[in-house]
Amino acid sequence: MEHYAELLIGGPWYKRFPSWRDAAATLLVLAIVILLGSGAHQMVAPLVAAQQPEISLSPSALPVYALRTTMRMLAALVASLIFTFIYATPAAKSRRAETVLIPLLDVLQSVPVLGYLSFTVVFFVSLFPGTSLGPELAAIFAIFTAQAWNMAFSFYQSLITVPADLDEASRGFRFTGWQRFWRLEVPFAMPGLVWNMMMSMSGGWFFVVASEAISVGKFQMALPGIGSYVALAIQQRELAGVGWAIVAMSVTILIYDQLLFRPLVAWADKFRFEQTAALVVPRSWVLDLFRGARLLRLLGEPIGRAVQSGGRARLALPRKSRWRLVFELPDRAGDVAWFGFLLAALAYVGWKLVQYAAPQLSWGDVTIAVSNGMLTLARVVILIVLATVIWVPIGVGVGLRPKLAEKVQPIAQFLAAFPANLLFPVAVYLIVKFALAPKIWLSPLMILGAQWYILFNVIAGASAFPSDFREAAASFRIRGWRWWRQVMLPGIFPYYVTGAITASGGAWNASIVSEAVSWGPTRLSGSGLGAYIAQMTEAGDYPRIALGVAVMSVFVITMNRLLWRPLYAFAQRRTRLD
Amino acid sequence: MIRQATSCIIEMRKVCKAFAKPSGEPLPVLEDIDLSIREGEILGLLGRSGSGKSTLLRIAGGLIRPTSGDVVYRGEPLSEPAEGIGVVFQSFALFPWLTVIENVEAGLDALGLGHDEARRRAMSAIDLIGLDGFQSAYPRELSGGMRQRVGFARAIVIEPVLLLMDEPFSALDVLTAETLRTDFLDLWIERQLPTKSVLLVTHNIEEAVMMCDRILVLSSNPGRIAAEIAVPLAHPRNRLDTEFHGIVDEFYSILTSRTTESIGAQSRIHGGLVQPLPAVPTNRLAGFMEALASPPYQGRAELARIAGALALDIKDLFPIAEALHILEFAELKEGAIKLTAAGRIFAQSGTEERKRLFAEHLLRFVPLAAHISRVLNEREGHLAPRVRFESELEDHLNPSGTEQTLLAVIDWARYAELFTYDDETRTFITSNHSAS
Repeated sequence: MEHYAELLIGGPWYKRFPSWRDAAATLLVLAIVILLGSGAHQMVAPLVAAQQPEISLSPSALPVYALRTTMRMLAALVASLIFTFIYATPAAKSRRAETVLIPLLDVLQSVPVLGYLSFTVVFFVSLFPGTSLGPELAAIFAIFTAQAWNMAFSFYQSLITVPADLDEASRGFRFTGWQRFWRLEVPFAMPGLVWNMMMSMSGGWFFVVASEAISVGKFQMALPGIGSYVALAIQQRELAGVGWAIVAMSVTILIYDQLLFRPLVAWADKFRFEQTAALVVPRSWVLDLFRGARLLRLLGEPIGRAVQSGGRARLALPRKSRWRLVFELPDRAGDVAWFGFLLAALAYVGWKLVQYAAPQLSWGDVTIAVSNGMLTLARVVILIVLATVIWVPIGVGVGLRPKLAEKVQPIAQFLAAFPANLLFPVAVYLIVKFALAPKIWLSPLMILGAQWYILFNVIAGASAFPSDFREAAASFRIRGWRWWRQVMLPGIFPYYVTGAITASGGAWNASIVSEAVSWGPTRLSGSGLGAYIAQMTEAGDYPRIALGVAVMSVFVITMNRLLWRPLYAFAQRRTRLD
Repeated sequence: MIRQATSCIIEMRKVCKAFAKPSGEPLPVLEDIDLSIREGEILGLLGRSGSGKSTLLRIAGGLIRPTSGDVVYRGEPLSEPAEGIGVVFQSFALFPWLTVIENVEAGLDALGLGHDEARRRAMSAIDLIGLDGFQSAYPRELSGGMRQRVGFARAIVIEPVLLLMDEPFSALDVLTAETLRTDFLDLWIERQLPTKSVLLVTHNIEEAVMMCDRILVLSSNPGRIAAEIAVPLAHPRNRLDTEFHGIVDEFYSILTSRTTESIGAQSRIHGGLVQPLPAVPTNRLAGFMEALASPPYQGRAELARIAGALALDIKDLFPIAEALHILEFAELKEGAIKLTAAGRIFAQSGTEERKRLFAEHLLRFVPLAAHISRVLNEREGHLAPRVRFESELEDHLNPSGTEQTLLAVIDWARYAELFTYDDETRTFITSNHSAS
């Protein structure tokens, strides 16, 4: 039996056990990371920073900063959408492309976004020297990497599960490839895509804030935005400034949600494939407003019609393009050629890797990075356990009370979207003030933003728990610990696993900004792999940044494969009736 | 020669279709199909599930290519969906994100019509099919019957020469199906449709006799044309006519003799080890035997009568009959089913006695069950992996046949307390050795 799951850090888990493909993809991605790191090392000299506008700490500057931050989010969203269409379509349609693209995507999403921001900054700045376009693109790229992978996964997943009857109907209508894409495949994928966009967006705020103000070695940049505002406030020990930024961010997220995502979710509801009417139809006052406004509709109609006829146009996608020829060679010969090519590419990359890394990195460096990784791993595990112990009972309690759940759920989702790094200065201020041990007290920051995923998934699970099961349990007088063990915990388990996977991924990512923090001139370090990467970034030591990122990716991939994936598969198997 | 080509809308010659088995060998689904759909007729394809009738319809629509043989549509070889062929699906296959009228217009996309022309044609199809007033509804707001009307309107809007209908009424309740059938027949008889011929796939004998001018019966494993029967009755037809009854009965006897022949043939291959079993739960078998043992049947019933009385169509009825025939609790003969002595005893016994009797028959008449049981007894620990038996079956059956057969043997053996199965580890275990 195959188990599919659509998850932030998951995607289609077509294999329960690691295969040679994973190993190959891991090698490929890590090699690229390390090569880029080493390459950046050589590139760093001619970097010319642009004339950067001064960041103002006045609260009145915040609305404009919030707008700039939001624009970066939008740009990244559009880029992710385009990437999704271009990447997932061949992965779903060509078996050979699939063997490379999907494992690659799986590894890419395990690479910590903030880790390699330093090389991408160098890369983009050197592409557009002397303008602020470079740093802007680097920040957008960071958000892009936070959301593109799972959107591509979701789209791929939808493409390979298009219902057979709709597929036959559209072939019967003789749709062209273009018509099929816009009339069948994109609409079918829409609900999953919108949901994933929303989830990625939550992570996106975190990364946009972190990527606006960056210093790599001597190179410093500060893009006008909320993130830079906070960075400056930290530098000048302005707790009030941090407070203003938190307010501005909250307002921004709320507006963004109301104006963009709520309407999007309400609109995407019509693409739901289930033919039954939904119990709770998502609503949005903005969408209702637009639908209700007659003048606006009148104006919008020609645009809508143009878009529609664009999708309906009988554009024949070129049937036998060169690209296709590569992927559609006759079976045997094609397979041999394709896998031969892959093997050669891997061997080449591996050889280059050894050639580059050997003079710059020693085994001692690897040992240091791995032992730091162990420390961070221990933190992640302990924090997930703690968050579970706290939030699972609360989540169940809330989820079983529909009225309460209705109120708490949006708050939990808001908290998950709120970039926790804005709250770090507050925590750091307290640690400094009370002289607490940073190794212990910095740890909770890692889970500050990520724990909410556990809460709202558990709430969702408990709300969806069938009431006849609860009634059955009550009539058999199953109570206390037995009730938790035999009724409730199995019922919410798949939801919990989904939340925990997301939380664990978030914690790893957050370690880079939470294990090493500063408050004005005071610097606190909690050790660990995140602190290691952060310190190497500050020193501009590219080979070691790359090494740190690579080690973290390996940790994340291993944890996904050995723990989360089997757990998820188990949850899927055990909780279905048919 | 030329005259014949024009009076045939579609013609198949020696069409075969095979799917690949897991081992890579071909598994034939359809073999040597010769058929022609003539102008002005409704041709029925009748068969049990797994007889390849839906595959045959898809070949006629150009959706699936045959492995060998020729398909000629209006004088041209057919290799992909062609203009003038409309398809109505069992599951309706409506786009849930489009309204009724947009769904109907979607059928016109391939013709590249202008917006106004498309709208006009869609509206007239909606009018014709009785969907007026529902244009702006989304499919999920509609009842099943209304959804299938959209399916019809969408097929008709392209003004098809040939209409392919894949069990169009089988997902609907009895009353709704009847209304839709009658409405469609009215349009057809009054020649309000531009369509010249219809191919109807069904497993409902009465429906076929009600609608078709000619009916082909497909046998299973692999699908072959087993019989061709013309229905010379004038429309509108009446279910209560003796002539109507006579034709229905004829189908039942053809199908029963096909079933018994195929059971006989299968039991001679590999000592019956790879005989496909219908996955009918034991409760259903017991319920049917009880009904058959009691008045008015007293142990023997015409299939056509008991199907009507128990509201079973052939896709439900034949698996039961086949299972009872294989287990020798009943005998199928000439369109009737008769309980054997064991069947009568079973119907009158209590649970323990029933289980004992069932176990005895399972071991005697289902070689696969006996085989699994023997393997388990010989083995250390009384365990055997599922994959062992699966691979034996897969050499002869298609994947779904294998799945069904194992499902049947597991369910029956659990009831008989012969052996059981652990889905977690995918192993068979002797009943008295399983952890209980």
